[in-house]
Amino acid sequence: MTTPIVEKDIDNATLTVTTEFDAPLEHVWQLFADPRKLEKWWGPPTYPATVHQHEFRPGGKVVYSMTGPEGDTHYGVWNVIAVDAPNSFEVEDAFADESGSPNPELPANVMRYEFTEADGRTRMRTVARYASPEALQQVLEMGMEEGMLQAMSQIDGVLAEIAAA
Amino acid sequence: MVVGRSDEADDDRRFRALADATRRDIIRRTMTREYSVSELARQYPMSFAAVQKHVAKLEQAGLVTKRREGREQLVRAEVDAVRRVRYLLDQLEAMWVDRIDRMGELLAQEKGDK
Repeated sequence: MTTPIVEKDIDNATLTVTTEFDAPLEHVWQLFADPRKLEKWWGPPTYPATVHQHEFRPGGKVVYSMTGPEGDTHYGVWNVIAVDAPNSFEVEDAFADESGSPNPELPANVMRYEFTEADGRTRMRTVARYASPEALQQVLEMGMEEGMLQAMSQIDGVLAEIAAA
Repeated sequence: MVVGRSDEADDDRRFRALADATRRDIIRRTMTREYSVSELARQYPMSFAAVQKHVAKLEQAGLVTKRREGREQLVRAEVDAVRRVRYLLDQLEAMWVDRIDRMGELLAQEKGDK
């Protein structure tokens, strides 16, 4: 796997992440299309994700929750906008309640994933777009409050150990 | 690092102040050196008063400081405050990079299983 390239564009409240996996496109696509695989990587080890509903088609919903070390559970939903298997898909990722209804008070972001395969390797480009810099800021603050983001930066060492084992 | 309520209010003001292309450009310029308000006003197709208003918003958010020298008001970016915004963005970057690490791990496991 190559080191991801992250471009942060505060002007447009957009984050673009590009990376390449040493795996065929079909395997990478399954990380999203298979709910059991999706929940293995979406949440950090301290906030593991569970996928409750998985309608990976335009107009469908993917409902998930993440549970923290103190038993705090946070729900989220992907409102699926477009799916062109296995080349690209676009979803709106929003905070939600247990039923998967988006919380209109909290900012959502639109994520677009694009995949291309070459020589058995898969390039992935992800664009996450928030409505405004303020919306982005709000999400960042929440992550800080829940201890989610800082936990994520701490797991680097753990991941390195796993990779070396 | 635990962020208190006051930090949050500050961040809120900062991001709101940054939600404007002219104000972001003022930050970019004043990161490298001091600019007078009139010098800044020449950079943009708007009135001196309008630029002065932008500078005031940035000053309220703590992203720039102003000092008077003779008839000029000199503006400089507050590096620590700008850095704090960057720090928050870096946290977001870390979240995505960690996700991709986990995806890579899963794919490697699959390869090993075959």
